[in-house]
Amino acid sequence: MTNGSELYAHPTRLTGAEALWATLAGEGVRDVFGYPGGAILPAYDALRKFPIRHILVRHEQGATHMADGYARASGRVGVAVATSGPGATNLVTGIANAMLDSVPIVCVTGQVSSKVLGTDAFQEIDITGITMPITKHNYLVSRAEDVAPALRDAFRVAQSGRPGPVLVDITKDAQQGSAIFDFAAAAPAPARRHAPRFNGPGSLAEAVELLRRAERPVILAGQGILHSGAIEQVRTLAERLQIPVASTLLGLTAFPASHPLSLGMMGMHGESWVNHAIQQADVLIACGMRFDDRVTGTLATYAPKAKKIHIEIDPSEINKNVRVDVALIGDLKQVLEAMLPQITRRDGSAWLHAIRTMRGSAAVRDIQQLPDNGHLYAAHVMNDLWRETRGESIVVTDVGQHQMWEAQYYKHDRPRSLITSGGLGTMGFALPAAIGAKIACPEKEVWVIAGDGGFQMTSPELATIAQEDLDINIAVINNGYLGMVRQWQEFFYEKNYQSTPLRSPDFVKLADAHEIPGARVTRRTEVLDAVRAARSRRGAFLIDFRVQQEDSVYPMIPTGAALHEMIRRPAENPLLESAEDA
Amino acid sequence: MTVLHTFVILVDDRPGVLSRVASLFRRLNTNITSLTVGRSETAGISRMTIVAAAPEDRAHRILASLYKLEEVREVDDVGRHSAVVRELALLKVAAGVATRSDLFQLAEVFRARVVDLAPDSIMLELTGSASKIEGLVQILEESKYQILEMARTGRMAMRRGHHTSRVMDALSDATSEPGIAAVAAPAQDFLEEAIE
Repeated sequence: MTNGSELYAHPTRLTGAEALWATLAGEGVRDVFGYPGGAILPAYDALRKFPIRHILVRHEQGATHMADGYARASGRVGVAVATSGPGATNLVTGIANAMLDSVPIVCVTGQVSSKVLGTDAFQEIDITGITMPITKHNYLVSRAEDVAPALRDAFRVAQSGRPGPVLVDITKDAQQGSAIFDFAAAAPAPARRHAPRFNGPGSLAEAVELLRRAERPVILAGQGILHSGAIEQVRTLAERLQIPVASTLLGLTAFPASHPLSLGMMGMHGESWVNHAIQQADVLIACGMRFDDRVTGTLATYAPKAKKIHIEIDPSEINKNVRVDVALIGDLKQVLEAMLPQITRRDGSAWLHAIRTMRGSAAVRDIQQLPDNGHLYAAHVMNDLWRETRGESIVVTDVGQHQMWEAQYYKHDRPRSLITSGGLGTMGFALPAAIGAKIACPEKEVWVIAGDGGFQMTSPELATIAQEDLDINIAVINNGYLGMVRQWQEFFYEKNYQSTPLRSPDFVKLADAHEIPGARVTRRTEVLDAVRAARSRRGAFLIDFRVQQEDSVYPMIPTGAALHEMIRRPAENPLLESAEDA
Repeated sequence: MTVLHTFVILVDDRPGVLSRVASLFRRLNTNITSLTVGRSETAGISRMTIVAAAPEDRAHRILASLYKLEEVREVDDVGRHSAVVRELALLKVAAGVATRSDLFQLAEVFRARVVDLAPDSIMLELTGSASKIEGLVQILEESKYQILEMARTGRMAMRRGHHTSRVMDALSDATSEPGIAAVAAPAQDFLEEAIE
């Protein structure tokens, strides 16, 4: 049955279980992340007949994060498999994470036999009901003949329009039953085009006119650029009109950090000049981003002088948070391709100079040159890691302070080289997502950067790394606190460090228990040696970076403040780069 | 400003679709005033009419979010257009021999039909706008009649003219409606006005 061509050329009788794998293989799936159990056993029994690699996870949440990391690194659909009941409910956090970040994954769950559906049978749970609000769509399949059509439709839904997670729940009897497998006939109807009724306000011509007259324009670059494959178009637009580009966290790799027009990350932890540029802009052109509250600050004072152009594939995002003047609904690449012929060169030097002035001496900052005062700052680690990997590694970050430091100090020039949990902010994401990224891109160097808190949420996946013998380097940014929460307590709760001090196991020993070598780093001077040791070694390596305990991420816009009302770095902070930051 | 919106939604006739649609209103913390579902002119497609009070921008999000559901084929907010809006009510009113004839008169004024007659009750069937139904209810109550039971379908709505759900797309193209438009005043049904 592994002879694929025969199977796809002629309709063949297969069990539902076989049809499951045959359909996945037909959709181009080579790797799945999963965990077996009673209701999905027929499927696992049939797996050996198909050319699909199964990575056994240690917790089903890990399977969804792996599928997620796989999809983000490669642009292909990631697949997670779990059994019914607790196997299915363990997927929920990972599915929600993929939903909030628009990541195309397909989750396949086993379900109790259709004859006992709704009877509270052993390990029965209504997973299609549970995941309804956190999937683009889901399916309950109770007949073998429906397996292939449902799965093929799931792949269409996951990838079309604004991507997202899809779940297919397959009853045990549907897996055991048999039906004629006809891959071609199971093809889904083409994705529905967007309804013209949602067009506007405004038009392409108005957008072009706004851009033509703009004196202080800023491009807001989001993840939609990666989804749409519009990197070149955005770059052309920026270069032709000399528009500076501010990025969302998920859009950081959609525009090269080393490009002279790149401003870096906007929002709550964006550098001051980036947010000032947005606040002073007269035209904002938002490309595949959704004005999340983490990038706008208080809406009432957001970019008050700017006419706003929003290019977006999802009409429900228009005017959701920020009221826009022109909304262009559609695929970003297509919209920009229609727009670019009408865009003529423009001299933007005055505006760019103004931003450069705002940036001050921070523009030439080099924390490499900072005197080593014996302390190890997380920013040092990010900076050294960036230099040593020449910015070419895939970096997978968890959620918290280290995530923001990475976004500030690791300069990404390659698309899809930063994988991180944005919308849901899921601690525990990094380690399993990195496994997915490494499986998707085995030739690429992969680094996990996680805090001591988040790392422990999914650290059992170290066993998966060991079992699959994956070459993944792990940097734990260990400050003994749930650092971002501690920072909020410091700023907004009178330093009441309630439940944030964190005692952790010896991470090097923990890695050693999995036969993964590691090192502990406590001084700036040791960082590069440890990073080189990790990189030179084939196989996984863990570095426990014991960093400054009460360091904070600066600048920071407090919740409820305007984008330009940020908390600056205190003067005694050794990472202070410029007078501007004081 | 919060106004009543009448959403017409064409959906696949499958298990779970109502749940997905209703869940969307729940998520936006929007109460559904009324909801009717039935077959449409196309086999396999059901037609829902959902009435809900919402500010204009939320109504737009509801419409756009409804359209994102895989099983939704078409959406419309008919409150923006000239449309016929109807509701059906069944009213069981306590009435003996002595009070029956008064009720018959009242029914005639409201063009309600008597659909059941029992020794101590009458059942009235009334079709019309919500205000017409409420008018009858109010008069019954003020005249000290006892309403034993009331069942109402909630609104059904259909745009006037040759605009059909099948050609909705084409029409929208031609008129290029803006996504956010001022809500037109609810269509007055001139045929109903004689009754009020």
